[in-house]
Amino acid sequence: MIRETVLEVSDLKTHFFTKAGVAKAVDGVSFSLGRGEVLGLVGESGSGKTVTGFSLMGLVDPPGRIVSGSIRLGGEELVGRPEEAWRTLRGRRIAMIFQDPMMTLNPVLRIDTQMIEAIRAHEDISREAARERAREALARVGIPSPDERLAAYPHQFSGGMRQRVAIAIALLNEPEVIVADEPTTALDVTIQAQILYEVQKLCADTGLAMIWITHDLAVVGGLADRVAVMYAGRIVEQGPVDAVLDAPFHPYTHGLIGSVPSHNRRGHRLTQIPGMAPSLLHLPPGCSFAARCPRADAACNEMPALTELSPGRGARCHHPHLAETATGGAA
Amino acid sequence: MTSLDPASRADPVPAVPKAAETPLRRFVSDYCDSRLAVGAALLLAVIVLVALLAPWIAPQDPYDLAVVSIFDARQPPGAQSMDGYTFWLGTDGAGRDLLSAIIYGLRISLSVGVASGVIAIIVGMTVGLLAAYAGGRTENLIMRVVDIQLSLPAVLIALILLAILGKGIDKIIIALVIAQWAYYARTVRASALVERRREYVEAAACLGLSHARIVFRHILPNCVAPLIVVGTVQTAHAIALEATLSFLGVGLPQTEPSLGLLISNGFEYMLSGKYWIAVFPGVALLITIVSINMVGDQLRDVLNPRLQK
Amino acid sequence: MSDAPLLALEDVSKRFVRRLDAAEKIVNLLGGNRREEVVHAVDSVSLGIREGEVVGLVGESGCGKSTLGRVVAGVHAPSAGKVLWRGRDVATMSGAERRDATLKIQMIFQDPMSSLNPRMRVRDIVGEAPRVHGLVSGEEVSDYVDAMLLRVGLDPAIKSRYPHQFSGGQRQRIGIARALAVRPDFLVCDESIAALDVSIQAQVLNLFMDLREDLGLTYLFISHDLGVVEHLADRVVIMYLGRVVESAPAAELFADPNHPYARALLDEVPRIDTRKRIFQPVKGEIPSPLTPPTGCHFHPRCPHAKPRCSAEAPALREIAPGRLSACHMNDG
Repeated sequence: MIRETVLEVSDLKTHFFTKAGVAKAVDGVSFSLGRGEVLGLVGESGSGKTVTGFSLMGLVDPPGRIVSGSIRLGGEELVGRPEEAWRTLRGRRIAMIFQDPMMTLNPVLRIDTQMIEAIRAHEDISREAARERAREALARVGIPSPDERLAAYPHQFSGGMRQRVAIAIALLNEPEVIVADEPTTALDVTIQAQILYEVQKLCADTGLAMIWITHDLAVVGGLADRVAVMYAGRIVEQGPVDAVLDAPFHPYTHGLIGSVPSHNRRGHRLTQIPGMAPSLLHLPPGCSFAARCPRADAACNEMPALTELSPGRGARCHHPHLAETATGGAA
Repeated sequence: MTSLDPASRADPVPAVPKAAETPLRRFVSDYCDSRLAVGAALLLAVIVLVALLAPWIAPQDPYDLAVVSIFDARQPPGAQSMDGYTFWLGTDGAGRDLLSAIIYGLRISLSVGVASGVIAIIVGMTVGLLAAYAGGRTENLIMRVVDIQLSLPAVLIALILLAILGKGIDKIIIALVIAQWAYYARTVRASALVERRREYVEAAACLGLSHARIVFRHILPNCVAPLIVVGTVQTAHAIALEATLSFLGVGLPQTEPSLGLLISNGFEYMLSGKYWIAVFPGVALLITIVSINMVGDQLRDVLNPRLQK
Repeated sequence: MSDAPLLALEDVSKRFVRRLDAAEKIVNLLGGNRREEVVHAVDSVSLGIREGEVVGLVGESGCGKSTLGRVVAGVHAPSAGKVLWRGRDVATMSGAERRDATLKIQMIFQDPMSSLNPRMRVRDIVGEAPRVHGLVSGEEVSDYVDAMLLRVGLDPAIKSRYPHQFSGGQRQRIGIARALAVRPDFLVCDESIAALDVSIQAQVLNLFMDLREDLGLTYLFISHDLGVVEHLADRVVIMYLGRVVESAPAAELFADPNHPYARALLDEVPRIDTRKRIFQPVKGEIPSPLTPPTGCHFHPRCPHAKPRCSAEAPALREIAPGRLSACHMNDG
């Protein structure tokens, strides 16, 4: 399926200039996102997935900044724009959902006040029209009796409901892209399922494109169309979700999938990735996974490029798991 | 233990590649982030040193009536004495060298402040820990006493106590302890309540450790940081409070003049243009209190758990 | 493996009461209507765990699983009911016997940041309890601590460091070494891997499995993550709002859950091996434990609820050998 490209990120670098040195939180990330597509951005803590999300929103605070690269939203270059320009984009064309919905919600204002303001900040319409649109947005994310709920304060909602309100606010101005940063991690299983259900419906119905940032491969497996796996500030593998999860190229993806308990390996030892992620301040010159990789050899002292190994799929590795892909990679 | 051979099983996790760093070393390096604070700490160290070494560095023993001559009274700064040496900061109404009087006064002010601070910390800490760990009625009773105490101005409490107790260094220390313990009790209780709910305290209970051990070895060391901060600022308060009381004439006796008493003595000469008798002790008091407070501010920033990485 | 349970809970309940403060009492005197808030965190739970068994305790927030774990570990005393250790009521034990029972049951906590005392060095964190209880003599402590650290896969050279110098996974290992140092028979793991990265989770899970094999440990493994529980547990107990709704051998439960809540829970969990499916969530929110629904706590969300479900709480009864479920539908 060829989708119209909404967002195109290429060679994005966001570095943090700290007292202890330069932390390369995002170091050459490239991906594109089509209309109605859900991209799962997967990684462990410190992999740079959240900083990538914040970079897309122009929300990186000092000592961090976007050093180079390009972010094109609907063909328009965002990197290097003044803060003013970002502000008119944020919430209108690209919106964000956080792990903690209270990042979006103001605890002392009623929901309707917040939503109406969010609309009128970008568009000159009457309060009544704005309120009507807010009501529709709440209904769209599955909030029962939205009329009553509009008049409530954030603390009167449960955690799951608050996250729905945050999603509704993100939807208000019909953005092209939503960046969702671990929005269901803090929620219970049954509540997470409700939200995933609403999100799935939204993307299918409206053509909204979404970047779903998470550490949970299982959630990505159920939700995303494509997945990008990040490690130490770089994308090490990306491709269609089924292909990547069934037959990963990169040893890190391979190890990560092996780390997740699943039906067929009950009671056996899990494949574990030895050691831990390197500090972003002291990255090795070559492949940053080499120190933990069972396949590493002398070649890995040189940084591998992200190469296309099968149509639509790439990995950043000198020794990818290619043999196993003969069956799974065709998907 | 059936197997102690780890190599075949779990992967030894590489240790953090950082030199062994003690909390103290980290604290010192964090403190030194602010040059102003380092300056204040150095200044304070000099003040304390001067106070400690007073008998050796003061040009004159201001308490020795044999040296002090009434004929040298109210000399301006820089004047020569009858015996031929210079009063750099002038003399007071009794003919004492003001510089020496300030050094000795500093010694008294600081020791009163520190002694009352230390005793108040011990009292307040014990009471606060008791309140937090016992809970229920005990806690309620203690905290209501603390509330009542904190709702009255410290000067008022100290004035009333001194009116009953009379003059003297020991009396003023007692008065300052009573005026201040409540601050410490409240601080310790607040942090002990937080620490008590931490999982490491539950772990200590699982390990069958005694209540006394949990309170003093586990909870207390984690409550020390805010105590140090409050302690520094309160010591500055205590010094100021003592000066106030002495200025009002209810603090220390004339034979042991603290900075407050020196200011009070000099005050009557202000209008006659002999400013130095009151102003120089005042400046000494000001520098002391400001440097302590600046150290306290930096300590608060450094020790604040919310600002720690 | 003997048949008598190593640890048994008999009708254990734990209530938390928030008493009225002075201001609220005055409000009441003036005609207000403030009540004490009572949370039935654990409501009459019975459970037996045999020696060498791994029991997984599963549930969502507010279901009381952590509270139950703390009652088992002796951090909280039960409000009602008995905790039996090797057939003896812990509450009636005294002196040395009680201390032994306390030490034999250890807990591994969720938060690797707050479960280690930040002001203590690793050697004191691990070595304090065995020294205090005289399990090892003063001069042996150092070697003993080394052995414990090796046991959990840490380099003993790190023992003079402080907790903040370690990563989450390493800290969790230190917490495990601390528990092992008092030679426990039983570990209560309260979401012990939930706060760790996926690759680190696997390391710690493997460590738990090794310890079970090598030391013959018995586990109560509390988790919201069904995949982890399925991987590790022999038997799974599912709680909802303070009550056990189903208890069954792991394989049977995952193959064929009986209780509607257990079924819903199993359906909702995203799994890496079943993907891009349509989510069909259970309706409704988890009710507040302050005001649980009448009758069966799950009835407002249950697709099969009948009038009886809102009136009468179903008893936990045996539906097949070794399988218990609390649902009126099993009455036919």
